[in-house]
This record gives sequence, structure tokens and C-alpha cells, in this order.
Amino acid sequence: MLEQQLLNALTLGSVYALFALGFTLVFGVLAVINLSHGAVFMVGSYAALALVTHFDAPLWLAILGAMLISGTIGLLVDVLILKPLRARNAPHLIPMIATIGVGIMLTSAAQGMFGAEVLRFPEETLPAGEFIVGNVHVRALELAIVAIAFILMAVLFTLIKRTQLGRALRAIAESPKAAWLLGINVEGLFHVTSFVAAALGGVAGVLIGLDFNAITPQMGQPILHKGIAVIILGGMGDIRGALIGGLFLGFAEVISKAYLSSQMGDAVAFGLLFLILLVRPSGLFGRKLERKA
Amino acid sequence: MSVLLRVRDLAVAYGHIEAVKGLTFHLNTGEITALVGANGAGKSTTLLALSGLLKPARGKIEFDGEDITALPAHQIVKRGVVQVAEGRAILTTLTVAENLVLGAYTRTDKAEIAASLDEVYALFPRLKDRADQFAGNLSGGEQQMLAIGRALMAKPKLLLLDEPSMGLAPIMVQEIFRTLVEINRRGLTILLVEQNVRQALKIARHGYVIETGEIVLADSGENLLANPKVEEAYLGG
Repeated sequence: MLEQQLLNALTLGSVYALFALGFTLVFGVLAVINLSHGAVFMVGSYAALALVTHFDAPLWLAILGAMLISGTIGLLVDVLILKPLRARNAPHLIPMIATIGVGIMLTSAAQGMFGAEVLRFPEETLPAGEFIVGNVHVRALELAIVAIAFILMAVLFTLIKRTQLGRALRAIAESPKAAWLLGINVEGLFHVTSFVAAALGGVAGVLIGLDFNAITPQMGQPILHKGIAVIILGGMGDIRGALIGGLFLGFAEVISKAYLSSQMGDAVAFGLLFLILLVRPSGLFGRKLERKA
Repeated sequence: MSVLLRVRDLAVAYGHIEAVKGLTFHLNTGEITALVGANGAGKSTTLLALSGLLKPARGKIEFDGEDITALPAHQIVKRGVVQVAEGRAILTTLTVAENLVLGAYTRTDKAEIAASLDEVYALFPRLKDRADQFAGNLSGGEQQMLAIGRALMAKPKLLLLDEPSMGLAPIMVQEIFRTLVEINRRGLTILLVEQNVRQALKIARHGYVIETGEIVLADSGENLLANPKVEEAYLGG
């Protein structure tokens, strides 16, 4: 029983981590809290569903297509909305509010196009296998979700840690001015970051859509709140923090639902987050918050 | 003597306030030129405009015969104008080696980048010893060495330095200035912006004195050092 729950928690936690990774990446590099990330997650889910049901795409292709579509939305948000705000030196709250608007627009658009009811992937499109390890039922689907999440995260970690592009992104995160003076096209990398982050958010949406096999226009809202909690817990802008924080939230939620109260799962999970932040206000990996004069 | 950088009537404004009010000056290839003046005279603003981080209100910047006034910052670096910004602007969350490698961001020639890295380590052996430490853990002098070394990694044709002596102990200032002379001897053109007027004019072939956004004196470094007006205003009488 416990092993089964741990598997569920790992599945959920890895998707939370993937979602939070894109979220924290945008915060780290662009210094924007992008509140349309939840809606982009929802769009990814619908995009994959549409590709599977209307174009008979195989699931892997639908996942790639969903990444492309959600990534493009992220790119457009940056080019059309965030860039003009940057050019005007808009204070921090403005881009955040603007992205709330984007989220509402995307949610309404999805509702207009697909209706408000719960949609599901056709049964035959899901990976069907299931096998038993010890006393745990492992669905091929869950394995695929965990594998996809961890492969994408490993690719991103390697990119950030080991490549010139990754060093450039870290440079921008610390000081855009210093980055420009190094010959880095900061605006260009803002666009790249927005695309990649939204693509990660979109694929997380597909994976959650598959795991629960339920897609609704509102599905981005709860995960947005969880994503915020995760990156605050992990340390704003820190990608290790997003991974650890996402897994933590997945485990806290599943375990408390299984052993404490099915209704109170979220309350317990968020209560734990609150306690951790009381002890470590800047998050697990956060640099000490400095007050800038 | 060929001219590497020519600036004509450069004006830069913050909102409605003009911080730089029409500078005209030039740098000769292979020389150290100093731009000196008091705090707030417009020196840093001028450098930021040369690097493309501030857009001039009017005027023209010509580098190597090409108009670079409207180019974005990253393309100016690619053409060989590289700035060591005020306050050292090193990346404290990256290691020393990562800072240096990132300095070569605009270059793609792997073998030559490796050669440049060896040159920088030869110039600043202390950076090699600390290659894997976070740059934020370096002392002030070492951070300035890193900032200069990182700029050299871009293979500049013109090095712009904004107050390299700021916040450093006198002995470290001496060392940094010696290094600048050495780098210049190897052929690099340098524009040195300083409040430390005496030190800057000592190593500069030419100098410009800037006050409230305008050039008030232009002469050889030597003559400026001997000029009574400079003596009175900047060298403490």
C-alpha cells in the first residue's frame, strides 16, 4: 500500500517539478512572475488531445506538438506583452498583472473552443501495459510520465550547468546589464527562455491530463497555485529548488490524502510548506533575500 | 597614427536631463586614452553609450571606420568594443572559470578561445588557482582582475574601463594599472575612465577632462598632469 502511494507521489511530484521548472526559469531569467503559466499548462493538455482526436496523431507526436504550441504561446506573450513592458521599465507588478490577463484569455478561449465539460483521451490512445513489481501495480503510463519528466529535467539541468547558453542564462539571471556587456543578446534569450518554459509547462499539462485522464479549461488554476508554492519553497528562480520542491509537494499531497484525510490533502500539504517557510523564509535553495537600497 | 574610435557631438539624456552634452573626441589605435573628471561629470554615461547600453540623444560613434551608434550592445561587443563596467560587474554566482569562458561568448573558435584562456591565466596566475571557486568569494582586487581577464576573453580591439581603481587598496591599484600598461604594450587600445586622475594620466598618452557633461581640456597625459588647472581641481593643489 505504501509502495503504491509512493509511486503515485513520484508521478505527481515529477509533473509538479516539471511545471515549476518552467515557472522558476522565467522568474530567474526575466524576473517576471508569469501567472499565465497555469493556462499554458492547460493549453498543452488540449493541444495534445486535439492532435490525438482530430489528427489521429500518435501520443509521442501529440506531446511534441503540444510543447511546440504551448512554447509558441509563451514566446508570443514575451514578444507582444512582456517586451513592450520591459522597454518602458514597467515596475514588477505590471507584467504580473498582464499575465493574469493572458491566463484569463486563454482559459476563456479554451472554454469557447472545447466547451466547459471534462474531456478525456480515448482509451486506446493511452499506453496500456501494466505490470506488478513486488506488490505494486505499475502502469506503463505512470512510468512514461516519470521518465518524460525526468529526461526533460535532466536535459535542462545539463544545459544550464554545462553549456555556454546555460552560463549566459545564469549571467542574465544575476545581471542583465553585465550580460549585455559580455555580448549576450539578452532580449533574444528572454524569448528563448519564454518558449522553453512554456513548452515545459505545456508538456506538464499533457502528462497530468494523461495521468488523471481529465481535461478542463480550469485545470491550470490549482496547479498554478501549487507551482507558486513550489518555487517559493525551493527558492525563487532556483531550478534545483523547483525539482525538490515539486517532488516534496507531490509526496506531501499524496501521502496526506492516503493516510490522513482525502479531503484535507491540500490543506496538509500547504500547511507543511508554510511551516518550512517559517524556518527558511528564502526557501530551500534561495539566496538570502537582500534588501536593495 | 590611425583613429580607432571617433565620437562626434555625443549627447546622452536621462529623461529631460542631459548628462552628456555633446562630446567630441577620438582614440588613436594602440594608445591608452584617459577620460577623467569628478563624480557625476558624465564619464560612465559616456561609456554606457559607447557600449550601446544607453541610446544617444544625438551624435555619432564611429569604430574602425564603421558607424556603431545605433547597434545593440551585443553586436558592439562582437565588433571588438568590450567594457569592464563600474563596480566590476562580475557574476558572483558563476565560478571564476565560468566567468572567463562566458567572456568569449561572441566567439566560436574553440582552439583560439582555449589559447586566450591560457593567456589570461598567465597574466593573472591567481585566477587559475581559484578557477573553480565562485567569483563572489574573490577579494576586490581579484574580482577586478577577473573582470579585466574576462573582457580580454572577448578578444577586444578596444577595451573600455570604468573606474578600475574604485574601492581597491593603493597597492592593488598599482598592480591593476601595471597590468593595463602591459596589456596596452601588447597592442590593445584602451579608454580609461577614472576619478583617480593622477594615476590615469600617468599611464595615458592622451587625456580628456570632462566637467558636467562637457570636455573642458584635451591634451597629452603628461601635459595635463602638469597643467595648473588640473592640479588645482583634481590633484589637490
